[in-house]
Amino acid sequence: MKKARLTRDMMAARLAAEFQDGWIVNLGVGMPTLCSDFIPAERTVILHSENGVIGYGRIATVAEAGPYIVNAGLQPVLLRPFASIMHHADGFGVIRAGRLHVGVLGAYEAAMNGDFANWKTAGRKGGGIGGAMDIAACAQRVFILMDHTQRTGEPRLLRRCTLPITAAGVVTLVMTDLGLFEPKGDHFRLREVAPGFTLDEVQALTDAPVVAAPDLREVQV
Amino acid sequence: MEPKVLSSFDEAVGDIPDGASILLGGFGPGTAHNLMAALHRQGARDLTLIANTTSPGGGAPQGIVTGTTLVAERRVRKVVLAFTASTHPSRRSPLEGLNEAGEIEAELVPQGTLAERIRAGGAGIPAFYTPTGVGTEVAEGKEHRVFNGRTYILEQAITADYAFVRAWRADEFGNLVYRLSQRNFNPLMAAAARCTIAEVEEIVPIGSIDPDHVHTPGIYVQRIVKIGADDVLHTSFGPSSVTGSATRRA
Repeated sequence: MKKARLTRDMMAARLAAEFQDGWIVNLGVGMPTLCSDFIPAERTVILHSENGVIGYGRIATVAEAGPYIVNAGLQPVLLRPFASIMHHADGFGVIRAGRLHVGVLGAYEAAMNGDFANWKTAGRKGGGIGGAMDIAACAQRVFILMDHTQRTGEPRLLRRCTLPITAAGVVTLVMTDLGLFEPKGDHFRLREVAPGFTLDEVQALTDAPVVAAPDLREVQV
Repeated sequence: MEPKVLSSFDEAVGDIPDGASILLGGFGPGTAHNLMAALHRQGARDLTLIANTTSPGGGAPQGIVTGTTLVAERRVRKVVLAFTASTHPSRRSPLEGLNEAGEIEAELVPQGTLAERIRAGGAGIPAFYTPTGVGTEVAEGKEHRVFNGRTYILEQAITADYAFVRAWRADEFGNLVYRLSQRNFNPLMAAAARCTIAEVEEIVPIGSIDPDHVHTPGIYVQRIVKIGADDVLHTSFGPSSVTGSATRRA
């Protein structure tokens, strides 16, 4: 197969394949919202949004969805037949009580100890926490979906985060355009790799040590 | 009982003094744009604004007054928000500049903690423990306590002088019904303010709303104004979140 970094759609599709039937899933703003397009048809996945929307479906236009319904990214969405609405405190009650099977979040950095950072960039005062800290601290699993390197080429998979973290030691899986990784404390385990890439090539673009899983294979979507 | 239905937004916000604290409902839908515009005209200064963000979606459609409008005019002393700066490095708001210059107090709160602090305020609970933010900058200086082997931090309730809420329908007693995700922070804020002002699309006679279908009981609502022909009815934000559109009633 031709050597190529994964596209955003491929990354979202691979991560969405992890969602199991009946899971309650929160998709963060940005790339994670793409996962909703790739949920396996035979599985019922209940999409939760922090603003108290339970059971939304695809992203729509205002003309289709009407002016009263958006997801956490303020995108108009359609509702599934089983949908329900609650207020914001209850929306977060669902999160804090540990009912989310997974929260998928974007990040600037993820570290091999399971920390990640996504609310404050270097040298700025203030930030945008939104719902990320609640989801990160309380979801049963935290999946990170992000580019493997910065635009300038520097790695984002680090030994330790350099930016202020969103939560400590919570990351379960990291999906990048180079593969699927698990933080293992003193290294990232590479479970699946982008087509045509070698372990050495991935390591060269990663700050933290990368160890190949015994059953390492190419990402298939 | 004083009548709650007022004929104008300007009348509804007329007595808000300098130094008042105001809870602003809304998360896209459910934002009281017309009350904000009236507050802007009214001129109150030195305000404390508590909301998810003062810039819904990162920027407002042309002609729409947001908390950021008042921040930019330096009429705000303090904000309590889940977003005090954009997560996009290229987007800067007036709030960020004033915060960096030390000319405004900007308290950044995780969104779930913000919602629960307001809920607690309306429920008579002074503080609560949450696991959110443990091990991060948010936890610095806060009481930590371990329950059943897990660490939590103590967060304090929020109440305010006023709340601006937006609902779909009200009756003349002030009972409110929201449409879909218009609900968001609004019921929490209505309960946590000493004076809650609601802007609504429709006002119906008392008895028209089934008690089982009331989202915010009228005991929490002191003033109601119907959205009129020339007022802002809905706003929407495009995928870029910077441009958007507003529709008016007429």
